[in-house]
Amino acid sequence: MIAIRDRKLALWNIGVAYIAFLIGTLCGLLQVFIRNDALKLPSWLDYYQILTAHGVLLALIFTTFFIFGFFITGMSKSLGSFGPKVYLFSWIGFLVTTIGTVLATAMIVSGEASVLYTFYAPLKASGWYYVGLALFVVGTWISSFALVGHYMIWRKKHKGQLSPLFAFMTIATIVMWIIACLGVVATVLFQFIPWAFGWVDTINVELSRSLFWYFGHPLVYFWLLPAYMAWYVIVPKLIGTKVFSDSLARLSFVLFILFSIPVGFHHQLTEPGISNFWKFLQVVLTFMVIIPSLMTAFSMFATFEIAGRKKGGKGLFGWFTKLPWKDVRFTSIFVAMAFFIPGGAGGIINASFQLNEIVHNTLWIVGHFHITVGTPVAMTFMGLTFWIIPYLTGRKFSKSMQKLGFIQIITWAIGMLLMSTSQHILGLLGAPRRTAYSGYNNHPSAMEWFDGILSNHVTMAIGGSILFLSAMILIYIVVMTMFISPKAVKERDFVDFPMAESDVENTPKFLENWWIWIGIAFVLIIIAYAIPLSGMIHHAPPGSEGFKTW
Amino acid sequence: MHLHKYEKIWLIFGLVSLVVFLSIVGVSAFSHGHTPAGGMTTIDPKKVNETAPFDKPGVTQINDDTYQVAIVAMAFGYTAPDLKVPVGKEIIFKLTSTDVVHSFTIDNTKVNMMVVPGQITTKSYTFDKPGKYLILCNEYCGSGHHLMSTEIEVY
Repeated sequence: MIAIRDRKLALWNIGVAYIAFLIGTLCGLLQVFIRNDALKLPSWLDYYQILTAHGVLLALIFTTFFIFGFFITGMSKSLGSFGPKVYLFSWIGFLVTTIGTVLATAMIVSGEASVLYTFYAPLKASGWYYVGLALFVVGTWISSFALVGHYMIWRKKHKGQLSPLFAFMTIATIVMWIIACLGVVATVLFQFIPWAFGWVDTINVELSRSLFWYFGHPLVYFWLLPAYMAWYVIVPKLIGTKVFSDSLARLSFVLFILFSIPVGFHHQLTEPGISNFWKFLQVVLTFMVIIPSLMTAFSMFATFEIAGRKKGGKGLFGWFTKLPWKDVRFTSIFVAMAFFIPGGAGGIINASFQLNEIVHNTLWIVGHFHITVGTPVAMTFMGLTFWIIPYLTGRKFSKSMQKLGFIQIITWAIGMLLMSTSQHILGLLGAPRRTAYSGYNNHPSAMEWFDGILSNHVTMAIGGSILFLSAMILIYIVVMTMFISPKAVKERDFVDFPMAESDVENTPKFLENWWIWIGIAFVLIIIAYAIPLSGMIHHAPPGSEGFKTW
Repeated sequence: MHLHKYEKIWLIFGLVSLVVFLSIVGVSAFSHGHTPAGGMTTIDPKKVNETAPFDKPGVTQINDDTYQVAIVAMAFGYTAPDLKVPVGKEIIFKLTSTDVVHSFTIDNTKVNMMVVPGQITTKSYTFDKPGKYLILCNEYCGSGHHLMSTEIEVY
């Protein structure tokens, strides 16, 4: 059991995450009904306000706070309790992140910032929205540096030793996050804030978009890597075995630091201002993340097979049936992984240069991120929630809760399957993303989007409703395990932190030499970005004034 | 660092398919000219209406086999009078915006262009079927974004 005050800190982070989850999923429910023309919003509320809130609250706030709750718990567990400074700065980080969140949310709700979470210039929100975003990022940095400090203290005390795998992966994720945020910090601080407050008249649009996507793609890896941590470190323990290979696990995280950042142009393939050469170069770099992804897939199935055979699984696939399917902590994460197979494949399609034209900004993309961040990441976090909250509160996770957990993940999987399948097909048919209901003057090709069984906005709404039901069950489980379930008294009622053993005997020391990886990461970033970005600055057209078109 | 034999096979398989895949995409792009919309020409977003070719938006025939279509995007519509182009000819679309970022997307085709203020986006496309195609904006541009659409007739 970790220190009480570390638990409190983690619980506050997870609590804020689930408040964001509650509001964010409610917005999602409204959206699917607006898009099939079944719901009209009152005049004081706008579709794009709800859309902005949905994206910001789920993709940014829920994920980030949950991730820090998970990191704090795991770092305290694997490296020991936080010292006073680490503890203080973790709280400061939490508070600054929360203040930023509240400020940005207030601006969205008051209609001053219907710019979506990508806030593309020259749409101009209230300056306070950008201040809120900046505070959010700075807050995560403070929390990150607190954890880095905790890690450095451990390493000083354990000279020459490799850190525990959980700590290594936390630091790798944080290193990537801090390098990635440099882009969004630069554009918000030096471009958006001076412009939104009227200190300068115009903004360099193409530069701001490129700096945003320099951050925007590693952002998705910031969501994904904590889920991978659960897959690498938690899952083996749940199924009764060790980490398959400590060195491969570390190597894959190092490769993610290198190849998740110099790739942002693959979000900008159909736009002007970047030459085909640089677009294609970043496409090539994007595809390099396939290597650690394949390594992860291999490790996972190897772990499953080893565990299943240990339990007496025979024949080619007998081990599969021996996995602990009745344990919701495992099954949830397995379903999450299964969704990532089509999710990852879809990502390869999106990044395939000219192929991107078919899907760019269509509902296909929306389907894509609902089966990447919306299920593999979110459902892994759900699988963690089932034990991490009882672990932190010392409450029981009863049999009936376990049953409810199964209902929750099954409904989430069914809802997501319906919604994301229809979104993928609708996207291929040309239906745009981020767009309120429109029949486009009853144009035949828009009417087509309501015809099919799966390719139908109604199917999307049915899926969305099931998802909302599932979200509410999860909120019930969270509230119960946080405040209401009876406290564990007997030894066997206590919920444990399932952290697998990992043999470091064969792990080379250079994997934990961060300066090598940070150095290579910056070399790759400079190769991919220096020339095109300086071109955008030196050959910039006259800048754009701000517009408030909502 | 120890690699399991099956893992080596798996990774080599992955790497080879990666190389094959990227080669196909690259060759198709650079030797067959299948590149996505783009362009490096800039324009003053405040002087769009007085800058060629956007001073006279619409369809212009360049030669027997090539037509140019210049269109200005703005919240929430396109300045594109009388959009009629022939089937089987190369159509070069040129777009820019006078305000925020939009898209110019022709449904059921590969024309899917981001329109960025200060930049001119170019895309060449040959229609192979006549008909009336829906054009819409798929980049969020404000409260009327879902109303931003028009039509192109291919004869």
